[in-house]
Amino acid sequence: MTLRELSLDDIEALAVGAWVLGTGGGGNPYLPLLNMRALYRDGHRVQLMDSADLADDDWVGTVANMGAPLVGQERLTDSLTLARAVTAMERHLGRRFRALMSMEIGGANGVRPFMAAAHLDLPVVDSDTMGRAYPEAQMTSVAVGGLTPYPLTAVDVRGFESIVHKVPTWKWTERVARKICVEYGSVAATCQPPRTGAEVKKWGIHGTTTKAIAIGQAVREAQRKHDDPIAAILSVEPGKLLYKGKVLDVARRATEGFLRGVLRLDGLDDWRGSAMTINFQNEWIVAWRDDKPLAMTPDLICVLDSVSGEAVGSETVRYGQRVTVIALPPPAVFLSPRGLDHVGPRAFGYDIDFRSVFEA
Amino acid sequence: MRRIGIDVGGTNTDAVLIEEGKVVRAVKAPTSEDVTTGILDSLKSLGSTGVLAGKRIDGVMIGTTHFINAVVQRRHLTKVAALRLGMPASASLPPFCDWPEDLAELVRGGVWMVEGGHEYDGRPFMPLDEAAVVKAAGEMKAKGLRSVAISSIFSPLDPSHEKRAAELVAAELPDAVITCSSDLGRIGLLERENAGLLNAALADLSRDTIAAFEKAIADSGIAAPLFITQNDGTVAEAHQARRLPVYSFASGATNSMRGAAYLSGLSDAMVVDVGGTTTDVGQLKHGFPREANSVVKVGGVRTLFRMPDLLSIGLGGGSHVSLDPIKVGPVSVGYRLLRDGIAFGGKQLTTTDVAIASGVLQLGDKAKVAYLDAASCQKVFTEAARLAEEAIDRMKTEAGDVPLIAVGGGAFLIPDKLPGVSQVIHVEHGDCANAVGAAIAQVSGECDQIFKDMIRTDAIAAAQGIANDRAVAAGADRKTLSTIESEDMPLAYLPGNSVRVRVRVVGDVAAT
Repeated sequence: MTLRELSLDDIEALAVGAWVLGTGGGGNPYLPLLNMRALYRDGHRVQLMDSADLADDDWVGTVANMGAPLVGQERLTDSLTLARAVTAMERHLGRRFRALMSMEIGGANGVRPFMAAAHLDLPVVDSDTMGRAYPEAQMTSVAVGGLTPYPLTAVDVRGFESIVHKVPTWKWTERVARKICVEYGSVAATCQPPRTGAEVKKWGIHGTTTKAIAIGQAVREAQRKHDDPIAAILSVEPGKLLYKGKVLDVARRATEGFLRGVLRLDGLDDWRGSAMTINFQNEWIVAWRDDKPLAMTPDLICVLDSVSGEAVGSETVRYGQRVTVIALPPPAVFLSPRGLDHVGPRAFGYDIDFRSVFEA
Repeated sequence: MRRIGIDVGGTNTDAVLIEEGKVVRAVKAPTSEDVTTGILDSLKSLGSTGVLAGKRIDGVMIGTTHFINAVVQRRHLTKVAALRLGMPASASLPPFCDWPEDLAELVRGGVWMVEGGHEYDGRPFMPLDEAAVVKAAGEMKAKGLRSVAISSIFSPLDPSHEKRAAELVAAELPDAVITCSSDLGRIGLLERENAGLLNAALADLSRDTIAAFEKAIADSGIAAPLFITQNDGTVAEAHQARRLPVYSFASGATNSMRGAAYLSGLSDAMVVDVGGTTTDVGQLKHGFPREANSVVKVGGVRTLFRMPDLLSIGLGGGSHVSLDPIKVGPVSVGYRLLRDGIAFGGKQLTTTDVAIASGVLQLGDKAKVAYLDAASCQKVFTEAARLAEEAIDRMKTEAGDVPLIAVGGGAFLIPDKLPGVSQVIHVEHGDCANAVGAAIAQVSGECDQIFKDMIRTDAIAAAQGIANDRAVAAGADRKTLSTIESEDMPLAYLPGNSVRVRVRVVGDVAAT
């Protein structure tokens, strides 16, 4: 079995790439990155492992923060608290984990498992359950696979520990955990329902940490050389350039605990005179070009800063920003009829049939 | 209303007198090493024209790049004691954790983290550990630290823990200068704390600089209150500016945009300020520069300052020019223009030489640049226009044509017609737009806060009330207050219809 030790440079790249895969949501990985820099300075190191190297009866802990990104800007993400979410789960199960894993590679949660791993001396599996970021707990490959939706541990930096012991569905996991999170102050470190090695191998979305690092390296390399960072992303990922433009307007509203809204873009260069609008629910959901749907979930819609190539989030996108929109191919698990039930356009309230920009 | 505006720039110290809405006189004096002399010279030069004789001056408003230069150049900085209230949260990311190491080495006098802080909805996160604060203050005293920066979780919502800690520290260290992060605004602990740490690092320089300004004014014989211009195009009274020097960081660029608005009579327009080395492009909205609303780095430190959203490109009156292939800038001869330019007997072809050759400027020795034919000159102007056009287009936020005001000594590089621009406006005194902007500055107040369980209009009204009170506290005349920015943003995941509201109001300086 091979473990790959990540360098700090890999982690810097991971933060950039995870933000791109966040497709507008998931939170900026800046603070997790700062934590990793400090941990590396103190001598900690983290290892990446391939899911194929897991034994079927190994147990894997899935790590994620839950909460409002705004609260995360004041109560800064903390590596020991994430590690406590994992040890609380191990105590509850009476078993040790063989490895950790990301719930969502997109955004800040793409880096957080490594923060816990640095303290626990566990490797992190190069797989996740979204291949991007999504707003709800049932929008994962393990939910599509119908795997057990409990137990879940949620801990607070002040020492509180809660366990969601048993719920019937993933929607209930989300609902109960969200309630705990709000009482904590709208931020909680969680260890998601545990997975066996066999489950990870069957239902995990594989190679996503490696993919995020490759994207981040491409962007950083292009920035250093003053090359086009977006062309660099498209050279390492089979993506598609959709549009270049300038932000004309962004309308946001909070409904049912999510940030929903519409981003309107005005075309530049080859897209002059052509409008694009993108609907979002934390993440970019459907992109319309001249009022026709062009790209939609589960295809990854990435809005990037045209100059730096770095991702632009739905919470922070602003008037006048120059942006480039690209699409990246979705994880195959979401393309099945059951997958589309969970994360297709209708799961977000858009009455359109999924059509990938990568078809034909 | 009669005011003197002063801009202390890298090369010149400009002074203008504005009376009843008109520029009466504008003068320039070389900036001096000690600052005081340059200001005194410019005031004397203004006085020598007789325009000040026997008149009451309502205020002297000074814009300066002193404080930002100190951070960028790592000079004149004070050692700071950092006190954060919020344990056990955020412990893995202590104060200074994302500073460039060289600057942190200079500024970090010590770090103390104790229990305290609030939740997003105003509930206490942890009770303030007063004993730990007192103990920390004792340790600061033992280390000889005299400038303290206090930050606390969610202090923009509830500053009470910071204020209480400041009292406790002041009791132990009566001569300490204390910065509370809640005085510096926004949500974002690290960035707000960084602003507080930078502010505390400028404590001694701020005291000395403001004293030098006051001395220059007193020595000039002018009896008027001193105001310092702020990043957002407003002013603060000297005593408040002394306390919060970071708010004066970017005032130079802001003043030139505000000056451009004033001189042209337009409140919504693009502004291009062409200096010797760089061209700054910004956008005026309601007479104020549009602000950057993302993270702004100062000297390598992430902050959330209220800074104008500017795009700077390497184009100016001193830009190097090569003809084949055509290239203009980004390198510039800078302040050596009158020595190194060809028309002045030097060896470097600049945009100013080209302007002299083509008769746009009457300066230097035209014979020395006579070898430049009209076609070559045109190529240079076309290239400069292309660079400016690209920058202007990048900063535009609306699709239609907008007016463009061209100011600064290099404004001759901006042609009368540009795509996407309805009209290019050149104004009288445009080369002193900075000092004009300082002279006409107003006072502002801001509120940026989360409101819960309130209908949207009530939340906005509440924010407006807080902003109004803050403006009056900063010296504004309540009768003249108007809201120039109001935005609200619902917060994802938070319950109870939480909404974050940011309101900014401005008003004229109250008569003293």
